[in-house]
Amino acid sequence: MPDKIELDINGRRELVAVEPDTPFLQVLRNDLGLTAAKYGCGLEQCFACAVLVDGEATTTCASGVDAFVGRRVVTLEGLSSAGRLHPVQQAFIDEEAAQCGYCIPGMIVGAVALLERTPNPTDAEIREALDPHLCRCGSHWRIIKAVRRVARERS
Amino acid sequence: MSSLPPALAAHPDLDTWVRVDVERTITVFTGKVELGQGIVSALARVAAEELDVAFERVRVETADTDHGLDERMTAGSRSMADSGTALRQAAAEVRARLLELASAALEVPLERLQILDGTISDPSGGGRVTYWQLAGGQPLRRTATGLVAPKPAGAHRLVGRSEANRSDLRELVTGATRFVQDLRHELMVHARVVRPPSRAARLESLDDAPVRGMAGVIGVVRNGSFVGVLAEREEQAVRAAEVLHSRARWAEEATLPPRGALGSWLREQPGEAFLVTDGSPAGPAPEPDGAVQWTHRASYTRPYLMHGSIGPSAAMALWQDGRLSVWTHSQGVYPLREALGDALELPTDAIRVLHVVGAGCYGHNAADDAAFDAALLAIAAPGRAVMLKWSRTDEHQWEPYGAPALVECSAVLDERGRIVDWSHDVWGTTHISRPMTGGSPNLLAGPHLDPPLSYRGPAPFLVKEAGIHRNATPIYELPRQRIVKHFVAAMPLRTSSLRSLGAYANVFAIESFMDELAALRGVSPLQFRLMHLGDTRAREVLQAAADAAGWSGAASADFGRGSGVALARYKGSAAYAAVVVRLHVDDETAVIVLDEIFIAADCGEVVDPSGAVNQLEGGALQSASWTLKEQVVFDSTTVNSVDWDTYPILRFSEVPRIESVLLDRPGQPFLGIGEATQGPTGAAISNAVFDAIGVRLRDTPFTPARVREAALVA
Repeated sequence: MPDKIELDINGRRELVAVEPDTPFLQVLRNDLGLTAAKYGCGLEQCFACAVLVDGEATTTCASGVDAFVGRRVVTLEGLSSAGRLHPVQQAFIDEEAAQCGYCIPGMIVGAVALLERTPNPTDAEIREALDPHLCRCGSHWRIIKAVRRVARERS
Repeated sequence: MSSLPPALAAHPDLDTWVRVDVERTITVFTGKVELGQGIVSALARVAAEELDVAFERVRVETADTDHGLDERMTAGSRSMADSGTALRQAAAEVRARLLELASAALEVPLERLQILDGTISDPSGGGRVTYWQLAGGQPLRRTATGLVAPKPAGAHRLVGRSEANRSDLRELVTGATRFVQDLRHELMVHARVVRPPSRAARLESLDDAPVRGMAGVIGVVRNGSFVGVLAEREEQAVRAAEVLHSRARWAEEATLPPRGALGSWLREQPGEAFLVTDGSPAGPAPEPDGAVQWTHRASYTRPYLMHGSIGPSAAMALWQDGRLSVWTHSQGVYPLREALGDALELPTDAIRVLHVVGAGCYGHNAADDAAFDAALLAIAAPGRAVMLKWSRTDEHQWEPYGAPALVECSAVLDERGRIVDWSHDVWGTTHISRPMTGGSPNLLAGPHLDPPLSYRGPAPFLVKEAGIHRNATPIYELPRQRIVKHFVAAMPLRTSSLRSLGAYANVFAIESFMDELAALRGVSPLQFRLMHLGDTRAREVLQAAADAAGWSGAASADFGRGSGVALARYKGSAAYAAVVVRLHVDDETAVIVLDEIFIAADCGEVVDPSGAVNQLEGGALQSASWTLKEQVVFDSTTVNSVDWDTYPILRFSEVPRIESVLLDRPGQPFLGIGEATQGPTGAAISNAVFDAIGVRLRDTPFTPARVREAALVA
């Protein structure tokens, strides 16, 4: 049995007994039951697996869990609390900014990170921030509108 | 009215479609599945409308072979026309039956009753009773008669209205949705398949000894050239598969077509040619009339394309007590069950196939193949629920691709600039190699097994608007037409149904060619189309797109910037869509930059306006991605598009502003919308490039290298 690894996930201390090079994504999904982050490529090319790590949208598919020790991790599940949605989640609903929804957890995480550092982003800044995130259904334009909506409703 | 919609005639038991639950909800059933197109919400809206209950009360259960509602494939933009129309009628009849029950229970004549959110009452004070009191948890035991008319369009309060968001969005944005990849099972083990390195590769030897000692590994399954591994944990299965990959020796063969010359390769292949009349291939194709002096000729190509779903395929399968259960994101749980039964030599009633949502599905992707992989491994591990996932490279290399195409158009214009003679030849490999029965299940692992279950040799589909000739028949009124489908039998790379099938290439060609003819005569592309267009709905859609763009059809006065338009009615029978594209071509990089896309569509009666626009816009962006960026690359042996670097798709930095207009036709039949913008978008981009820089691009993708090459020739 491997030694327990201590993680800070969604504001909770979690202990997992896995090999330290186990991809963090699989630890989140299989050991912690946090399945919002998705496997898309395993190559850090699509950001379907992105979560917030110290506030930055970060891929989890190709790094071992040990790289996340001591970091503050927030997954999509951690953005809403007690049934209250994060404003970005609400904006995605209001704009119906999803089709299949598989990429959406990564998109929302990316949008939250952007809006934290740039509360009122330009379209160009939204596009740049979300550029690493792939979507195949073609929901991009609505996702851009959803991010704009958050900024508009805040100001 | 007494004729039933076909799906309801096939399944007339109303309990098959609608269940009044014990709690204050209604469950409706469909044999279709959610692919990301929003069908669950559109069906819920139709049912809530007819039943007079709140949208939020309606639950939708999608295809599961244990339920019995067999609607074959969720494909061809048919779900609203098939399941939507049937469910509307079934719900109307259930409502009528509940009214009858209420009338008896309340002892009030039917005509005095009204319904508000499932509560039936007599406004003059004769009491009230709810659907749930009348029939909660009880079957209605009624057969559809077709004698109840659904609500008239004027009475709709949900259908065609914008209120109420897609019902699955909250779960999607909170991560609560359980995709097939997210399933958990108390008996679950993780599995991976080690795929051959290339199409004709055969496994010569496999040293699995190092893997058998690895932590967590439960077993290695080898059958011919099919290799899989099972492990307790996912990362253990992944690692074991990597080791197996390095310990496998394969005999490979060069079987792939020459790269970069797909058009001439298609033309040279042996095959069959059919004359297409009224959308149907009917009889042998005549040779082109050598005496015709064509005013203009041009040919267009598209390469192999990928579905490229963001989530690689997956399935879970459990073999227990002689029964096989398969959880899959397949488009057709019944056809898959039949193919699995055939391949595994099991009776179909020993197999249950349940649909679970997967990542976006745009046609016949690898879902069925993954289901077969999982089933093969599950049978090797009885009593364990085998969760099988493909890797990104598995998906890129092995999904069934969209077929390549070559289209050659010719026309004669008379002195008034009208088309008097039209010729259209289209070549392609099959668009239909779905799972089947009869000894060739058409499942990826089949030919790798020993003895092999080979693919069925592709055969030409001769029904109206099938694959290669889909939308080969122009929407325009042309006095003399010669339309020929050239079926290419060879299939060096497996091809099957990718969103819009042959329509993308045919519409791309026809609508580019119309633009070329207009330019040849110095007529605006809008005017030239209208000159040849009799269908009123098509004219209105075309005009609506131009109006939305504020575009008169006049040529660009600003070199480098241009606008283009294209139009089609999908399959000649589904939704109409016109697309106007505004773009510029970067002077230095030769990159085509999309600035704006305007879409107008007529899909008959609109059920879910926002959902319909989502489909139109998503289709347009996906088509823009195909047109600007995509092609499967390969050498003589191996597919080299193995990830998103080697098969790039459209990104946020490349996405234009989009505006859409729906021409709602209340009371008219539903016309499927999910594939309507694929064809027009590609042609509109090509036409806008011509307007911008005077260069015709006829071979997708329009990479900067292609733009430069075409500019040099022009």
